[in-house]
Amino acid sequence: MSHFLDRLNFFKKVTDTFSGDHGIVTNEDRGWEDAYRARWQHDKVVRSTHGVNCTGSCSWKIYVKNGLVTWETQQTDYPRTRDDLPNHEPRGCPRGASYSWYLYSANRVKYPLVRGRLLKLWRAALAEKKDPVDAWASIVEDPTKASEYKTQRGLGGFVRATWEEVNPLIAAANVYTTKKYGPDRIYGFSPIPAMSMVSYAAGSRYLSLIGGACGSFYDWYCDLPPASPMVWGEQTDVPESADWYNSSFLMMWGSNVPQTRTPDAHFMTEVRYKGTKIVTVCPDYSEASKFADIWLHPKQGTDAAVAMAMGHVILREFYLDGKSEYFTEYVRTKTDFPMLVRLDQRADGNYVNGRFLRASDLADSAGQANNPDWKTLAFDEKSGHLIVPNGSIGFRWGEKDGMVGKWNLEAKESLSGAETQLRLSVNDIKDEVAPVAFPYFGSTKHPHFACTEHDAIQVRNVPVKKIKLADGSEALVATVYDLTLVQYGLDRGLGGANVAKTYDDNVPYTPAWQEKVTGVPRAQIITVARQFAENADKTHGKSMVIIGAAMNHWYHMDMNYRGVINLLMMCGCVGQSGGGWSHYVGQEKLRPQTGWTALAFALDWHRPPRHMNSTSFWYIHTSQWRHEKLTMREILSPLADLQQWQGSQIDYNVRSARMGWLPTAPHFNANPLEITKAAAAAGEEPAPHIVKKLKAGKLGFAFEDPDNPVNFPRNLFVWRSNLLGSSGKGHEYFLKYLLGTTHGVQGKDLGEEGGEKPSEVQWREAAQGKLDLLVTLDFRMSTTCMYSDIVLPTATWYEKNDLNTSDMHPFIHPLSAAVDPAWESRTDWDIFKGLAKAFSETCPGHLGVEKDIVALPTLHDTPNELAMPDVKDWKKGECDLIPGKTAPSLVVVERDYPSTYKKFTSVGPLLDKLGNGGKGIGWNTEHEVEALAALNYTVLEEGVSKGRPRIDSDIDAAEMIMMLAPETNGHVAVKAWAALSKITGRDHSHLALPKEHEKIRFRDIVAQPRKIISSPTWSGLEDEKVSYNAGYTNVHELIPWRTVTGRQQFYQDHAWMLGFGEALCAYRPPVDMKTVEPIIGQKPNGNKEIVLNFITPHQKWGIHSTYTDNLLMLTLSRGGPIIWMSEVDAKKAGIEDNDWIEAYNINGAIAARAVVSQRVPEGMSMMYHAQEKIVNTPGSEITGTRGGIHNSVTRTVLKPTHMIGSYAQQSYGFNYYGTVGCNRDEFIIVRKMAKIDWLDDEPSAEAETVSATSTPVEAH
Amino acid sequence: MMSYLETLLFGVYPYLAGAVFLLGSLARFDRDQFTWKAHSSQMLNKENMRLASNLFHVGILLLFAGHFIGLLTSPEIFHAFGVSAGAKQILAIVAGSIAGVMCFIGLTMLIKRRLTDPRVRATSSRMDIFILLLLYAQLILGLITIPVSLMHTDGHNMLNLMGWGRNIVTFDPIDAVASISQVGLLFKLHIFLGITVFLVFPFSRLVHIWSAPVTYPMRAYQVVRQR
Repeated sequence: MSHFLDRLNFFKKVTDTFSGDHGIVTNEDRGWEDAYRARWQHDKVVRSTHGVNCTGSCSWKIYVKNGLVTWETQQTDYPRTRDDLPNHEPRGCPRGASYSWYLYSANRVKYPLVRGRLLKLWRAALAEKKDPVDAWASIVEDPTKASEYKTQRGLGGFVRATWEEVNPLIAAANVYTTKKYGPDRIYGFSPIPAMSMVSYAAGSRYLSLIGGACGSFYDWYCDLPPASPMVWGEQTDVPESADWYNSSFLMMWGSNVPQTRTPDAHFMTEVRYKGTKIVTVCPDYSEASKFADIWLHPKQGTDAAVAMAMGHVILREFYLDGKSEYFTEYVRTKTDFPMLVRLDQRADGNYVNGRFLRASDLADSAGQANNPDWKTLAFDEKSGHLIVPNGSIGFRWGEKDGMVGKWNLEAKESLSGAETQLRLSVNDIKDEVAPVAFPYFGSTKHPHFACTEHDAIQVRNVPVKKIKLADGSEALVATVYDLTLVQYGLDRGLGGANVAKTYDDNVPYTPAWQEKVTGVPRAQIITVARQFAENADKTHGKSMVIIGAAMNHWYHMDMNYRGVINLLMMCGCVGQSGGGWSHYVGQEKLRPQTGWTALAFALDWHRPPRHMNSTSFWYIHTSQWRHEKLTMREILSPLADLQQWQGSQIDYNVRSARMGWLPTAPHFNANPLEITKAAAAAGEEPAPHIVKKLKAGKLGFAFEDPDNPVNFPRNLFVWRSNLLGSSGKGHEYFLKYLLGTTHGVQGKDLGEEGGEKPSEVQWREAAQGKLDLLVTLDFRMSTTCMYSDIVLPTATWYEKNDLNTSDMHPFIHPLSAAVDPAWESRTDWDIFKGLAKAFSETCPGHLGVEKDIVALPTLHDTPNELAMPDVKDWKKGECDLIPGKTAPSLVVVERDYPSTYKKFTSVGPLLDKLGNGGKGIGWNTEHEVEALAALNYTVLEEGVSKGRPRIDSDIDAAEMIMMLAPETNGHVAVKAWAALSKITGRDHSHLALPKEHEKIRFRDIVAQPRKIISSPTWSGLEDEKVSYNAGYTNVHELIPWRTVTGRQQFYQDHAWMLGFGEALCAYRPPVDMKTVEPIIGQKPNGNKEIVLNFITPHQKWGIHSTYTDNLLMLTLSRGGPIIWMSEVDAKKAGIEDNDWIEAYNINGAIAARAVVSQRVPEGMSMMYHAQEKIVNTPGSEITGTRGGIHNSVTRTVLKPTHMIGSYAQQSYGFNYYGTVGCNRDEFIIVRKMAKIDWLDDEPSAEAETVSATSTPVEAH
Repeated sequence: MMSYLETLLFGVYPYLAGAVFLLGSLARFDRDQFTWKAHSSQMLNKENMRLASNLFHVGILLLFAGHFIGLLTSPEIFHAFGVSAGAKQILAIVAGSIAGVMCFIGLTMLIKRRLTDPRVRATSSRMDIFILLLLYAQLILGLITIPVSLMHTDGHNMLNLMGWGRNIVTFDPIDAVASISQVGLLFKLHIFLGITVFLVFPFSRLVHIWSAPVTYPMRAYQVVRQR
């Protein structure tokens, strides 16, 4: 009643005593304890998750108290999966558990922010011009005004604005850019839709409606392993983490499972109790290494050598000397081992492996009327004939009558349907033994990697057959199996040099050979290879490799990956429960993909959308190509004719794009809206008009002239991304060329240096500040926000409704709004909806119904993927320019610009008309659109959207995704499997029939995560009997892989693959980026300088689940940027733990603290990526500006083999194939800093002059 | 006029202050349990705290005890022990000087710390600073009275002050005011500030004095609360 009165108990304070009066019992008031009880009381719990490119995709309870989010804990209500598996839960990690800090932190973006100088210019211009588009024009067309705000990017100076003011500004910039330069000059970058599908779709739907280009991310992040599309025709498909528990031999190869896959790691530790052996391959003593029964630590970047040597052992012991029936049958039916490859004779008399033998090579095309260029052949042991077996990609498209339904992996001859047994080796029936030359790259000199003394051209004996061709000539052919044996350096008793009889021979790819390259003892290689294969043989494929992006971030990542994949294929592990390739690199698995694409790219209103591969986009538009140091001569095959293979990286990209392989953004050096008008004026259709002008040279591709102002990307939207603080390789080049602001670039460009300039590209004076407007949506003040012109405050993950899936578990679950968006923030959906409205209102007088033309590359999983069996460049006169065949398709898209908002908020009619689909199969979806109209109601307002289903809210959008996708709608799944059955000729619908009536709604997953439904979009099954495993349906349902042969391919036969020496897997040492020599010793500060390899792995206290500015995580770590180095190197450079050090090269510089650790091997440094430069980062002595991010010392380099297109699995697909942003071949100079300058003072006159001499830097 | 003011300040004000002191403490104890604490800032900076805090606390406790006994004990009692008024005054001056100097050193250090240490300063309320300065002023006034007292060591002045004290606590404000009117301005100021300390007491961290853990050292080995 009263605290005071309650204490008036002096005389009966002690009510009892015990233990001989040593203890007393009192009756004092205990009301104060309620305070501690109330500490954990809350008003409600809401289910949400963390949308941050984390494979974890964990379901969390978000606690709300007094209208504020207070804390979060792990959900523990996942549906149970299979009887013999451990539970999935608890899922979560300390990063996720600290997320609620962001909502009310000082770092929260609370209001729309605009760069002060821009806002001043805008207000003045608007007062003068009245019309917002004219006002915007008056700013960006005036160089003085434009540079006034562009040069201030990154230097602070934001002011608070309102939505009512910023939306018209952004809309005016978009309308102006569309009208003046074309909609393809508006670019959007947002990654990983799986982490918050609706948020991604909000921006991409807006951009797709107005014709802007959406940039890819998976390839740009270098998480895409191009080896996967090469080998399987699949972007990436992997086993769920529960399948680790089915494995009996588990390798963690460059993947730090406990640190970066925290919620899944328990399956790995649990399966050890079943006796599963763990082998870790990792150069540093990572957290994964400590779980290993055997820890291999090869020198970083040499993993392919380890894999090749292991392959050598497996081929010797399980194919040549010993035999495994299981392996033989698997590679015969599931891989291209039996397929025949043509051998071409060289001038020196030796042969070289060429492309696959095709039906079209033989008389009468071997009876194949349809796509004979795309049907591969093999010898049949049963009939003894040369046959065209079922399954190659030619059977996938355009077959008629009796030939329909042959695209499958049944062991049948395609014409007669006779049972076959394909011959793996022609050794027993050989006509002769031919000397075949193979490229060897291991002798390439590199300042920091070991090379061997073997010849760059290795001639070895191969058993061959003679084949009579259609033109009457004879050709030699060998099987992929025979070529592979020889490539791995195995002596089969055919004589000749460069093959090994024993493991101790010093011949490429023996265990002895790899010792010099990797430093791993040969005995360890032999042991691991032998046990890996023995286990797979006995268990029919239960050997698994968990692989991380670490190995994929090297320039020659394909070799690292194909080396490992080859092992898995040789041992029959792919597509077998508990086996296979488990590449986990981010939340790449957007499970309800086909439902989502319609929403995200506005396929319900316009087709096709504009997609761009970001790596090429950034490489070109941030002018990194102007600083290119890596020539293509250095990486060509020693067998390639240098005359035929001229040019630099950008040259190859330009060629690729004009042949219709890679996409372009912008497309041409003219506004596509103006091109269609000019065509109409000339009385021509747009496509032939463009063809005529391209051929006449009157129209060019934008990439041929990137420094011409008409080709600049003008507007950029960044949302759900920290482009400039995280993924932007070549960070300083972004700042210098794209943004035109303070930067740290140290090197000279090819013009200043007098280097070899590209031949396909116009060289001009470098343009700086290409971008007119950078708009970033975020809830925290990231590095990207700091450089933006406008920052829009978005809802956090606990303030919006969205969908979330992962490749790690089979559930779909939501983000849901625990509280309303705080301060002035809005959900991404509402922000882009608002922009769509402002855009529509700004159009009158500038844009009406316009005809846009989209230049579309030939796409994978469409009939066009068969466009170019042989490489032909129309520009060189090798063929005619035929859109869709030898050049991009040119598709007219009519855009009703003033109706953009109406289209944004409703489901368009194209779904009813054209249906829905993905990955080469389509189905009618009218029924689902009707259901959506009933669920979301229809639009009542007049206009294009009247009567269409509404998508007003983020939940409406989520319902659209889930209604249309086979993974969340059983009816659609049955339709999808039926559609696939037509092409394969096999009935697959049994896979979905048991779940036909299941329909998952948004409220269902809010109640509890739901298991998704099996769909032909994916290669594994969501099943009560078997864990999800990639390739499972290929192996067990005999659905072909989407490759040339329809099988998993050891062999890549595209002309460019041959030219760059990667037809077969080989060891390729890291490339020399040449970024250290020009600057080492040039800018001394008195401390010793050492050179280290620069590795940027995932960190412990940030990514995944949260970022590196989270105070709780910073407190657990060192509280700012850190670089790990070895004790040996630290000693050499006189560096002690926690010293401030600088890491730099000609790309730029980083200031960070040193973490000196036994974990790190000598010669290597590690900087956990995406440490924000806004947290505790001093100025760099080298650049005079704030110390940079990890990408300040990197620069993008492209690989031509990733630009291949129009060739079955090597055809473009958004985030599926294309150039990737690798960065691990980079070296840095490390030294102790002499002076720590926090750049907190007013700029001094002296500082300004000093920095002005090197770069246009303004101290701040 | 002067007598009205004296009546107000020394006859009425003590009761007002006393009422606020008691009722205010009660109200705060009942309403704001979580503010009932010493607000120690020792965690923020420990430097010299052992010396400063102990000097201050020992000094001020001695001073409080001296004033309590000195003001409220009737002269008859110490006369009975054969202590004359003059001798008592000398005793008070000597004991008060020692305690006063201890307290002065401690308080000076604490004030310097509170005002100059950035972490302590940033976490200080205005009342925290005010109460220190108030005690400081009061202490300095008290110390200044020592040389004045040494000029007339007959105990007369002291008896007047004791008379005021005893009259106030025996609810005889008229005689109390009569007693006080004899003493010098310096002493009146000292008394005024002393009463003010009681006035602001419930609004400051001084409330922790009520909860001095006196019995804590003598507690049982195990104390168990009833449900």
